[in-house]
Order: sequence, then structure tokens, then C-alpha cells
Amino acid sequence: MGEALVITSGKGGVGKTTTTANVGAALAMLGHQVLLVDADIGLRNLDVVMGLEHRIVYDLVDVVEGLCKYRQAIIKDKRIDGLYLLPAAQTRDKTAVNPRQMRKLIGELKDEYEYILIDCPAGIEQGFRNAVAGADRAVIVTTPEVAAVRDADRIIGLLEAEDLRSPQLIINRIRANMVKRGDMMDISDMIDILAIGLLGVVPEDEYIVTSTNKGEPAVLNSVSRAGQAYRNIARRIKGEEVPLLPLESEEGFIKRLFKVFGR
Amino acid sequence: MGFFDRIFERPTKSKDMAKERLRLVLIHDRSSVSPQFLEMIKGDLIEVITRYMDIDERNMNVNLTKDEESCSLVASIPIIRVKRGTG
Ligand SMILES: Nc1ncnc2c1ncn2[C@@H]1O[C@H](COP(=O)(O)OP(=O)(O)OP(=O)(O)O)[C@@H](O)[C@H]1O
Ligand SMILES: [Mg+2]
Repeated sequence: MGEALVITSGKGGVGKTTTTANVGAALAMLGHQVLLVDADIGLRNLDVVMGLEHRIVYDLVDVVEGLCKYRQAIIKDKRIDGLYLLPAAQTRDKTAVNPRQMRKLIGELKDEYEYILIDCPAGIEQGFRNAVAGADRAVIVTTPEVAAVRDADRIIGLLEAEDLRSPQLIINRIRANMVKRGDMMDISDMIDILAIGLLGVVPEDEYIVTSTNKGEPAVLNSVSRAGQAYRNIARRIKGEEVPLLPLESEEGFIKRLFKVFGR
Repeated sequence: MGFFDRIFERPTKSKDMAKERLRLVLIHDRSSVSPQFLEMIKGDLIEVITRYMDIDERNMNVNLTKDEESCSLVASIPIIRVKRGTG
């Protein structure tokens, strides 16, 4: 029996889809059977981030409406063993599916996959309720900005109302040099204010853009700092204790690279 | 803020401004998320205060007031009678 995690945020554009793709890929690389579910109906993105957009035949709404079996809709990633995607519909909207249907579907899928990661749409409307309906655990993504942390706080309250207790936080796009000079909230500031557990911290990393251009998760790149952070998050989801990566400014990172090559 | 920061009047770091604004906005958000919130506080206040005095519950008022720098809980509780021997 697998476990379903919803990746949510409240505020849009903070990195839910990037997180779903990378954490999912990293869990599969650790040998697990992983299904990514794109619950952002009408604005599907996960397929493009994963580079699987040209292989979609059926989608989530087709499955829920009984037009096909879920096996026909699920796409297998050819680069990473054990990684699968159930795409969202692009031409429908959030009301095409309801929370009860989602709960039933995710329940069935948990028999076949060890981890199901649900990419939640932004907002707190029906799309959000659909995405959290079948989840056992919640992961909240935020960036170190007032508006994003504020929305994360709202989401924590709403998750509690849905009986999803003790969600965990991922702080995305942190910039070490800005934190150092006092121009960006640091990790403990946000953890104190939100009073929730920390699952990981992902640095701002240009390679995320490169990897989405290519349609290839950043965790496949051994040098990307964000990729490394996402690999660590995957291990923490499994229950391993993995220390946080030290925050390094770009300069520190280059020095570290030289050290690696100098050996 | 440290001693030297104050002496040289270094402007507040933007991170501290972010923290402070976040703190205030969350006080407001969290207390207005559920309309029951103030009612709960009111109920608990009544429970404690009636140990010491009789109050006019119907004309009691509990509210959050907010300005740019602070947020306070303001309660106005009309007293009918103070009980004897509680001081
Ligand atoms: N750590 C990072 N470093 C650099 N760029 C990032 C990072 N994380 C995310 N991004 C970029 O931020 C943008 C938004 O990311 P993403 O699509 O994952 O957010 P989202 O929360 O899923 O958005 P939406 O709410 O629209 O679904 C993308 O262009 C992505 O490449
Ligand atoms: Mg998204």
C-alpha cells in the first residue's frame, strides 16, 4: 500500500510543479515505484517539465469519466525506471472532477505505486480540494517572500480542516548571498512564523530553467545544487535523516567546484 | 538590531521588515479565518471573569484592532457587581 503526498502552496508560481517532478524523479532513482499526478486541470504543466508532453493519449478526466482505464492514461518515463505520470486534462476545467472521485482514484492507485505525488494547482478553490482529497501527507512549497509565506499559512489552516495534519515545508529559491546581507528571510524566520516541520531548502538555481527547457528533471544532473537539494528531500520523505545542505553563495559554490576538480 | 547599527543608523534590513510585516498580517489573517475565533475568546473570558464579578455579557465587546505597527485585542466588559472576598 503506497502513500500519497500532495505538493501545494496557495500562491502560484513558487515551484510546486518543479518540486513534484524532481522529488518524484529522485524517489524513482532510489528504486521506488512513483506516480506523478497532475491535478492542475486546464493548466497542465507537469508533462512539459518532465518532457513527456508528446506521449499523452488520455488524461485524468478521461479516467475519472470512465473513458479509459488508468493504465491507458499513465505514461512511463523512459529515462528513469519506476517513474510514471498521470497527466491532467488541458481542455477542461477544475469542475470536471470532484474530491470524492479523486479520493477513490488515488485510493486505487496506491495499490500499485509506492509514492504518489499530486501536483496541486495554485489557489484554494475546487482544484485545491480535488488535489488534497486523496492525500495522506501534505508538502507546502514557499519562497522567502511575505506574500508566499502568508499564503502558506492560510493553506496550513485549510489542510487542517481537511484532516491533513503536520504538513511539511519546502523553502524554494533561497539565495544565500541575499540571506547573508539581510535582504532575504532566512530558514529559521519562516519556520518560526509558520510553526511547521522543515522538509528541505532548495536554492535558486539557473539549472532549473535549463532543465525545464530540456524537459529533464534537475535531479539527473549531479552538479546542480537544486538537484542535490531535491535528492535530499526525497530521502527525507522516505524517513532518512539527511542534514540540510549548507547555504552557499554562488562564489562559494565555484570554489567548491574547483576543490572537486582539483582532487 | 545591534549597538553599532543603531549608532550609524543603518537602515533596517529588508528581511526584518519582511518578518515584521508578515507577523502582523498573520495575526490578522489567523484571527479572521474563522468567525468563531473571537467567540471562543469571549467564552473563555466570561468563564474566567465571572469567577470574580458579575458582568453584562450581552453588552460585552471583544475585538481586534489593527494599525500599521501593532495589533491588539480590545475587550470592553460592563461590570454589574464585584463579588465579595475575592481580593
Ligand atoms: N529553485 C529554483 N531556481 C530557479 N528557478 C526556479 C526554481 N524553482 C522554480 N523555478 C522557476 O519558477 C517558475 C515557476 O515554477 P513552477 O512552475 O514549478 O511553480 P508552480 O508553483 O507549479 O506554479 P503554478 O502555481 O503556476 O502551478 C518556473 O519557471 C521554474 O523554472
Ligand atoms: Mg504548477
